[in-house]
Amino acid sequence: MKPCDLIVVGCSWGGLEALRGILGPLPDTYEIPVVAAQHRSPQAVPGHMASALEARISLPVREVEDKDTIRPGHVYIAPPDYHLLIEPGSFALSVDEKVQYSRPSIDVLFESAADAYRERLVAVILTGANKDGAAGFARVKKRGGTTIAQDPSTAERSQMPQAAIDTGAADMVLSLEEISDVLLRLSAVGASEGAGHVG
Amino acid sequence: MTSQSHGLHVVPSGTALGTDDVEEIEMDLLLEAIHRAYHIDFRNYARSSLKRRLWRRAHQENVETLSALQERVLRDPMCMERLLRDLSVNVTSMFRDPSFYRAFRTKVVPMLKTYPFLRVWHAGCSTGEEVYSIAILLREEGLLDRTRIYATDVNASVIDQARAGVFPLAKMREYTKNYMDAGGSSSFSDYYVTAYEGARFQQSLMENTVFAEHNLASDASFNEFNVIMCRNVMIYFAKPLQDHVHDLFYKSLGMFGVLALGHKESLKFSRHEESYEVLDPLEKLYRRIA
Repeated sequence: MKPCDLIVVGCSWGGLEALRGILGPLPDTYEIPVVAAQHRSPQAVPGHMASALEARISLPVREVEDKDTIRPGHVYIAPPDYHLLIEPGSFALSVDEKVQYSRPSIDVLFESAADAYRERLVAVILTGANKDGAAGFARVKKRGGTTIAQDPSTAERSQMPQAAIDTGAADMVLSLEEISDVLLRLSAVGASEGAGHVG
Repeated sequence: MTSQSHGLHVVPSGTALGTDDVEEIEMDLLLEAIHRAYHIDFRNYARSSLKRRLWRRAHQENVETLSALQERVLRDPMCMERLLRDLSVNVTSMFRDPSFYRAFRTKVVPMLKTYPFLRVWHAGCSTGEEVYSIAILLREEGLLDRTRIYATDVNASVIDQARAGVFPLAKMREYTKNYMDAGGSSSFSDYYVTAYEGARFQQSLMENTVFAEHNLASDASFNEFNVIMCRNVMIYFAKPLQDHVHDLFYKSLGMFGVLALGHKESLKFSRHEESYEVLDPLEKLYRRIA
């Protein structure tokens, strides 16, 4: 597989469980930063989801603040009621209109990440009951990144991964365990082939 | 003479730029064109969110590329007007983040009550929803009569809208809930009358408010303030412009003046971090102490 500098994940209904499923097996030495947009209520308590996830995986989890640097070995969560965008090496936030009825929107995260990281990006779309993320998924593929959809038959809600697969842009359609295995292998590839490469 | 004799080389077809790289060039040129033609500089904005806003305008103008948008913007000032609105107007609502207003009541108001006269700068007031919100709060705390609010925005057309103080009736249910969650001590509907164009808020709330055009990127400090509110405005700026604005706010705040930022903004990357104490870490309330 291609070396990878960033992993972006989109999830909605049942997303916290699914995130735990793919990130739980990753060791605390895992280096590639992971950025997740999970749909939730605008009134969600800030920081709550980050601590709920952190309690169940080995990696530190942070809710993003504006212009935070993307650091290796961290999992980042989009804050409630903001869009999360990726710049090369850092984050930006916006309070623009909802996209696909969502803020944070997975499309917004994926599309901006695709522009900033191109072929060194892996995008993963998980369970959800809407179509957010499908356009962004296609954009990641068009920009040369790697696209992974959760097998809809294994998802708590199948619509979101199915919509992404229907764009024709999915490189892989996998269960949560298989996705986790792929992420683990990315790490090894990134460490050998990616060493010294300026991303 | 051929170009070769000048030492120029025709780009081999195999190395033609991808459409993605072309898009980046087009974006740079569009921002340069706006700067030269209209003297408004968006080159210091966060690129990712700016790009989304540029494309939204391009789609609404029915053009396929940012180059085509550039041509239209250069030749049609009305198109620039529409783009400026897209780029500079931030989505806002009354009592957005009620917990912020609750914290403001308990942690800032008691300090403000010790002053005989107050100046509040609401920087980036957009269509005015949050200006009316803070005015209502200050009235309920008995402070509005001795407060002058300066509400500024880079966009003149939203300032007119803010001054009018008419907001969509359809939003009043949401705003009433926000108001109550924000610790409102009266009845929200007392503050507006229902008119055919929407909910028109009492003009007495704005008696001591000055609305003015002000560009955070290029205009100077214009007074010394007890409170500066600038919530979810700087998230659209790139780091160097954020630094510039933090300089401006630092210069514009009196000693013990309060700076209010959005929930996901902070002073942690600012060179002035040490000059402030944190009044509320979640609500991003800071007080200048040096």
